[in-house]
Amino acid sequence: MAEILLEAANLDVGYATGWAKPATVVVKNVSLSIGRGEVVGIVGESGSGKTTLGRALLGLVRPLAGTIRFAGTDITRLDEAAMRPLRRRMQMVFQDPMASLNPRHMIARILTAPLRLHGLARTQREALALASQTLDQVGLPLAALQRYPHELSGGQRQRVGIARAVMLKPDFVLADEIVSGLDVSTQAQVLRLIGDLSRDMGLAMAFISHDLSVIRAVCDRVLVMRQGEITEEGACETVFAAPRSPYTRSLIDAIPLPVPDPHWLARLPEAVP
Amino acid sequence: MSAALLSIEHLSAISEREGGASILRDVSLSVAPGEVHGLVGESGAGKSTVARAILGMLPRAVRVTSGAIILSGTELLTLEPKRRRSLLGAHVALIPQDPLSALNPSRRIEAQLTDGLRMWKGCSAAEARRRALALLDEVQMREPERVMRLYPHELSGGMRQRVLIAAAFALEPRLVIADEPTTALDVTVQKQILRLIRDMQLRHDTGALFVTHDLGVVAQICDRVTLLFGGRIMEQGPTADLLLRPQHPYTRALVAASPRYDRPEDGLAPVPEAVMARCRQEIAAFDRGLHG
Repeated sequence: MAEILLEAANLDVGYATGWAKPATVVVKNVSLSIGRGEVVGIVGESGSGKTTLGRALLGLVRPLAGTIRFAGTDITRLDEAAMRPLRRRMQMVFQDPMASLNPRHMIARILTAPLRLHGLARTQREALALASQTLDQVGLPLAALQRYPHELSGGQRQRVGIARAVMLKPDFVLADEIVSGLDVSTQAQVLRLIGDLSRDMGLAMAFISHDLSVIRAVCDRVLVMRQGEITEEGACETVFAAPRSPYTRSLIDAIPLPVPDPHWLARLPEAVP
Repeated sequence: MSAALLSIEHLSAISEREGGASILRDVSLSVAPGEVHGLVGESGAGKSTVARAILGMLPRAVRVTSGAIILSGTELLTLEPKRRRSLLGAHVALIPQDPLSALNPSRRIEAQLTDGLRMWKGCSAAEARRRALALLDEVQMREPERVMRLYPHELSGGMRQRVLIAAAFALEPRLVIADEPTTALDVTVQKQILRLIRDMQLRHDTGALFVTHDLGVVAQICDRVTLLFGGRIMEQGPTADLLLRPQHPYTRALVAASPRYDRPEDGLAPVPEAVMARCRQEIAAFDRGLHG
């Protein structure tokens, strides 16, 4: 196996519910590791804790217990100043690009600002050159630089979100439900792009989705979450061919394939304990 | 074949906001009682416009330029608005995509389920309540008595969609229009909801127009399918024909673009630019015929 890049051990993550009340624990005793260049899927239904787990991995929420190590450094208790040099190396692509791209900034500004902030470009000219190069890499025309987010299609906006993450040459990218709002053909393009980028750049990724068929398409390994815990983990091929947990089985069986099956609707899932 | 419940004939529409650009181009389709007709396409294909045209809910900037929408023998587009409303209210129901915005946040489920029964069926308060409870039971809602007292925000997404299905079937409609009713739901909940819609629709012999972009959902629930691109029908026919023996390259490309967990090497093929170009050509050719 490849060298471990990101490792979480016995992670508990929760949110405070009020003064002097115990926190609601959303992620319970989760341990995982992601190797360099590896794409790991995190799947689960709404409320399973997958997004909270992802945010904890990036240090966006502080865990209640457990440790997170990134490239050999324990980042669990690092303060913001100590985190900053690591931030460039761990990026995120969000579910809704309309909410994560500033509507009042042109794409040029959206892409060049982080490059200058992280010192990857000293001048605006350098930053623009890098941004243009990345746009090309994600399959967007240069003209996109002079557009506002609302002038682009959903698929194009998501490419901007991906460009913003990968142009900083990160080691790790967290992608949270990045194709769930897209059309089938756009979804296929974006997933292909993700596959190509992770291969070409040796990117490690955590790919969060509620859709197992999407995970199957892009991930090497998959973690199945249920009620804050990992119920199953393994290579995609193995998990899909022979899931050990009845819960995983029920998730797979609930995916409608584009092949008519007169018995599919009537088939009930086996009871999940 | 039984007489059509809904028949859309040569429907064309333009958007006045986009300088009179066509958004529906000679769309014809029909739904028989007890049949589920899938209306499929990517965003901007015009599938919601068709659904809204039937319900008389088109945005102000959209104008129907020709065609007819016939519901059980009555043409809707030329009908006086008041009569159209009463016909639609009595015979057509909508299951919307987003259950939270379709429910009134400040009223209890009971009120929202009984309103229609009292207004359209002339039920007494007690009778409406009894029927609402029976409906919640029919959509397999646990503890219907308790749910009746709750507000929409107290229900999960799947439960809200069950309430809306109950509301949709409450008035025993002849036609149900389902507009992406499961897009926001988890797969396991989606399956329950699909099964529920199919059960209710078979039990009541209701016809359904099922708007979706998911060919997997189409494969499992629709009897026939109409595939739209740019407001124009690219292919239409029985579901198995369309998905297993697609005639149009666009249909073939969309099937190939759908993810396949069972055969990962076969899914997710991006739609070739040549196919998109052909679709655009067909639309341009249609528009030339219109103006030339």
